[in-house]
Amino acid sequence: MLILTCPCCGVTAEETEFAAGGEAHVKRFGPGASDEEFRDYIFARENPKGVHFERWRHANGCGKWFHAARCTITLEVFGTYSAQTTTPPKAICAAITAKRPGWTWRDFA
Amino acid sequence: MKRYSAFAVAREALSYHTGWGRAWRAPEPKSRYDVVIVGAGGHGLATAYYLGKNFGITNVAVLEKGWLGGGNTGRNTTIIRSNYLQDSSAAIFEKARALYEGLSQDLNYNVMFSPRGCLMLAQTQSEVRGYQRTAHANALQGVQTEWVGPQRVKELVPIINIDGPRYPVLGGLWQARGGTARHDAVAWGYARACSAMGMDIIQQCEVTGVRREGGKVVGVDTSKGAIDCGKLGMVVAGHSGALAEMAGFRLPIESVALQALVSEPIKPCMDVVVMANTVHGYMSQSDKGEMVIGGGTDSFNNYTQRGSFHHIEHTLAALIETFPMVSRLKMLRQWGGIVDMTGDRSPILSKTPVEGIFINCGWGTGGFKAIPGSGWAFAELMAKGHAPLADDFSLDRFTEGRFIDESVAAGVAH
Repeated sequence: MLILTCPCCGVTAEETEFAAGGEAHVKRFGPGASDEEFRDYIFARENPKGVHFERWRHANGCGKWFHAARCTITLEVFGTYSAQTTTPPKAICAAITAKRPGWTWRDFA
Repeated sequence: MKRYSAFAVAREALSYHTGWGRAWRAPEPKSRYDVVIVGAGGHGLATAYYLGKNFGITNVAVLEKGWLGGGNTGRNTTIIRSNYLQDSSAAIFEKARALYEGLSQDLNYNVMFSPRGCLMLAQTQSEVRGYQRTAHANALQGVQTEWVGPQRVKELVPIINIDGPRYPVLGGLWQARGGTARHDAVAWGYARACSAMGMDIIQQCEVTGVRREGGKVVGVDTSKGAIDCGKLGMVVAGHSGALAEMAGFRLPIESVALQALVSEPIKPCMDVVVMANTVHGYMSQSDKGEMVIGGGTDSFNNYTQRGSFHHIEHTLAALIETFPMVSRLKMLRQWGGIVDMTGDRSPILSKTPVEGIFINCGWGTGGFKAIPGSGWAFAELMAKGHAPLADDFSLDRFTEGRFIDESVAAGVAH
C-alpha cells in the first residue's frame, strides 16, 4: 500500500486516506487553442513507465490538494509538494535524479 | 499441423501419445515481413489469424517480449458478453461473441466456450434505469438481452441474497448467450492456427525501437535484431503508451492495475456469470470449481501487475452481502494485470500519425470478450485501410469530440 505525506498538514498516512487526482502539471490552453491542443489538454497523458508527477487530495484528512512524484513501476514515492506550482520544485527533481538518473518528463527533466 | 479429432486421439494412442509434436513452431525471426504484429496476446494473434484467413496475408511475424498469452490474456476473468449501450461497441462486441460460438471448430482447438449466460445485477435505482435502457438499445442493435426482475435473478442464481439491506438486488440485465471461455486456449488456438498458415510467432523478443523513414515505418529493432516490415500493428494493451513513444506519438491512455482473485475449489453452485457493478465485483465458477472473482482498478497510474489489498477487502465485503456463502471460502490466489484506459472507456483501433503503423489498444478492463471481433476488425483495418467495425474507434474521435462513451453508460469501468 502506498504511504504518502501530505505537505499541507504534515500527516503521513496510507493511500486509503487520500484520493488520486491524475496527472499533474497538465497545461491548459486558453481561448483560440487548436483542436489538437485542446485534445491534448483533456486526453493526452504522459503515462510513463517510471517517474510520474500526479495530483492527490487528502480526502479523509485536511481535504487539500497536493502533488506527488512517484515511480509507476515500484510505487516508490520520491516526495510530495505543494499544488501551488506549475513545475516540480528543484529539491524533488534532485531527489528523483539521485534514484532514477536519466528520467524524463516533458520539459522538466 | 496435425488436425485434432477423435480419430487422431485413437491414432496417436497407438504410439502412446508421443507423436503429437508442438502446437506451434518456435522460429528465429527473418529479416523482413509484410506485416509485424507486436504483442502475442489474444488480440495480436487474432489479428494475425484473420489477416491470413480473410485477406491471404501470411508473411506475418507476431513478436512477444514475454511468453505467448502471458499478459492480460492470462490474467482476466474470461467473461464474454456484448450487452453494451452504444451502437459501435455493441457491433464489435457482438461480432466477437458470435465468433466465439464457432471458434473451437474454426481453429480446430477447443477454447471451451461456455455460453452459460451473463447476469449484470442492478443494485441501485440508477442501475435499474440504466440497464433497462441498455436492454432497449440492445433490442434495436440485434443483441439478445432482457431485463429480469429479482425473482428471476433468484431462480438463475440460487445462492444469491436478493434482500440485502445495503445492496438489495432490484433486477438484472440478462444475456443468455454470454458466458466464459478458457483464456489460455484462445491464445493457444490462434497461435497454432497462425503457425499452421506459415506465420512466425517469436517469443522472448522485445521491441526496443521503431524505425521510420520520411514519416513512414520501415521496421523495428528488437532484442533479437532488426526486423523490416511493410506494416506494423501495435497490440500491447497496458504498454501501448511506451511503444507509441518509441514511434514518436502520444496516446490518450493511462495504465492502471486491475486485479482478480480465485477461491478454493468447491462443488458446482453457480452456473452463470454474475456481475455486480455497484460494488465493483463479478464472479463466476470455473470448471475446476474455483470461484473466479474480479475486483476494482487502482485509482492511480501504475505498471505493477500486483493490485492492492484494500480493493480485495472492499470487493469481498460487498460480495459477502450479495453471496453470503462466499464468507466461508478461503481465497487461493490474487493477481493483477495492467489495463490501458481511454478517456471514454472505449478501445482504439486506428491508423496513427506514422504511416504504416496501426494501433489496437485501450480495451481497458474488458478486452478478453472482444478478442475475435477485435482481431477481425483490426485485420481488415490493416489490410484495407478502413473497416466498418473499427472506423468509429479511430484516434480522431478525441480531436473531433466523437466519443463512444461507455463510461457513462456503465457508470463504472466495465
